[in-house]
Amino acid sequence: MNRISHKLQENKKLLSIYFTAGYPQLDDTKTILEQLEKSGVDLVEIGLPFSDPLADGPTIQASSTKALKNGMTTEKLFEQLEDIRKIVSIPLIIMGYFNPMLQYGIEKFCKKCAEIGIDGLIIPDLPMEVYIEEYQVIFQQYGLQNIFLITPQTSEKRIRQIDEASEGFIYMVSSASITGAKNSFGDAQQAYFERIDQMKLQHPQIVGFGIGNAKTFEKATQFAKGAIIGSAFIKHLTENGTQNINSFVDQIRKSN
Amino acid sequence: MTTHQINKKGYYGEYGGAYIPEMLYPNIDQLKEQYLKIIGDASFQEEYQQLLRDYVGRPTPLYFANRLSEKYNTKIYLKREDLCHTGAHKVNNTVGQILLAKRLGKKRIIAETGAGQHGVATATVCALMGMPCFVYMGEIDMKRQAPNVARMKMLGAEVIPSTSGSKTLKDATNDAIRDWINNPEETHYIIGSVVGPHPYPDMVARLQSIISQEIKLQLQEKEKRTQPDHIIACVGGGSNAAGAFYHYLDEENVNLIAVEAAGKGIHSGESAATSQLGNNGIIHGSKTLLMQSKDGQITEPYSISAGLDYPGVGPMHAHLFSSKRAEFLSVTDDQAMQAGAELTKLEGIIPAIESAHALAALKQKKFQPDDVVVINLSGRGDKDLETYMKYFDL
Repeated sequence: MNRISHKLQENKKLLSIYFTAGYPQLDDTKTILEQLEKSGVDLVEIGLPFSDPLADGPTIQASSTKALKNGMTTEKLFEQLEDIRKIVSIPLIIMGYFNPMLQYGIEKFCKKCAEIGIDGLIIPDLPMEVYIEEYQVIFQQYGLQNIFLITPQTSEKRIRQIDEASEGFIYMVSSASITGAKNSFGDAQQAYFERIDQMKLQHPQIVGFGIGNAKTFEKATQFAKGAIIGSAFIKHLTENGTQNINSFVDQIRKSN
Repeated sequence: MTTHQINKKGYYGEYGGAYIPEMLYPNIDQLKEQYLKIIGDASFQEEYQQLLRDYVGRPTPLYFANRLSEKYNTKIYLKREDLCHTGAHKVNNTVGQILLAKRLGKKRIIAETGAGQHGVATATVCALMGMPCFVYMGEIDMKRQAPNVARMKMLGAEVIPSTSGSKTLKDATNDAIRDWINNPEETHYIIGSVVGPHPYPDMVARLQSIISQEIKLQLQEKEKRTQPDHIIACVGGGSNAAGAFYHYLDEENVNLIAVEAAGKGIHSGESAATSQLGNNGIIHGSKTLLMQSKDGQITEPYSISAGLDYPGVGPMHAHLFSSKRAEFLSVTDDQAMQAGAELTKLEGIIPAIESAHALAALKQKKFQPDDVVVINLSGRGDKDLETYMKYFDL
């Protein structure tokens, strides 16, 4: 069974962490993954940096620019991850924009992911319809789960379609926004979380965007299966390098 | 019959589509469902045509350039988009889109701009309609194009510097898209060229198609025929070329010539000749030709003309290039500047440097004496005076 599906069956709220590969230093990827697993993180999204990250706020944009300056490439990332399954066993997802994958070659990219032991992909600018028509067969052939996003503006009809096309979990974007941590969630988010919960979807939801502390993590996981932290972790890396990753994670988990 | 128009799924051949994050889906879907209905509606057309006539100053003349024709021993007509209000063809699109935004019930307008021409055209129609206007512009471009920043401000727009990435047009476009993600309900994004996710390329092409519609009527009057032998237009993203080509796309005996900016030379590393240097990929939600690294990172283009340094071309043009329906030429900074100076001396018209690229094609092509050649003079050179002054030491 795919590691993501396996993880989703565990009886706990899942904490997923995003980081941009090649940031803060080019060769930090392995260390960060190892530290995250040791700290008890359930899932990791490895960001493949892109020059033009449309859906990202300033923090992740800046980390992508720096990572590219550091020399990160698709090839380089795969090199760094070559033996990752010898040291890390939690589910790993690559999150990236479609163009770099397209240039690498989709089939070649998927094959490489499968060899390394990547479990899923999140590609924000690959729409569901195009995925189903052109790429689903390839993804499935290599055992990769493609994770779709929903937002507060996504219609009920479309959420049902996405649920149908999904594998693993549904990435639930917390509010109409680009990435970046907020201090709290308001009534609108609360209502949205409840509305989605009441839809009783086939696939569990993991909430992302705007989560950066214990309070927002708790609120987001009140109904959902888990939550994803990105920008707040990038800020931690900016300030601390790869030090004290466990204390960052502990502080998110402290209310659980 | 093969067509070079967009198909039902939003593609020109293999190019186009809407590669957008889910956050943009509701807005793009609404536009896709509504744009043809709205643009085709009689009340829209009435208001649009009236504004084009009374506000923009259309129809723009199709001017027989006597001395230029003599020099190149062929019959050259200039389509005078430079005489439009605000100084370029850009306003044809913004007038149309603001009317569309109103019909969609939108209350706030955003736009991206490189040189500032589209920003000015957007700020202008927002002033006209009393709508709040926010224009994203690369921090570097804001310094290079200070007079246009001032014009936008005077027109009541807020100009927001883009500080990410390379701080130019592509980053301003990214920031405008991010704004739209953050404000999905009441905001309409007026894209300035035939780029972006479907339906933008087709919508902007239709709003610019007035250019070729007028050329047909005007040629009929002057030459007793609706078709020229050649149409020449410059291509950055490609909106003025899309407008000038539109009604001739499927009339294959009309030769379409697209002119890209070669900057300091196609292989100098400082160029914007996307068809020569690019390959297939995705930029700003559209599958098209773009300049990128082997690794799929989008590269920064260069041209002396700020309106041509976009790292992609619209999907219509990518298809015209790959299907060989249009001929693509590249013109360097120097060739464009000389062509601009030549038109000024021979005809008393100072062209925008973008349009000067189209004029420079005259030196690369040999036309027959009785060929009818239409050059789309997309903008006037006022905004480029400083560049001309520096270049020619005026």
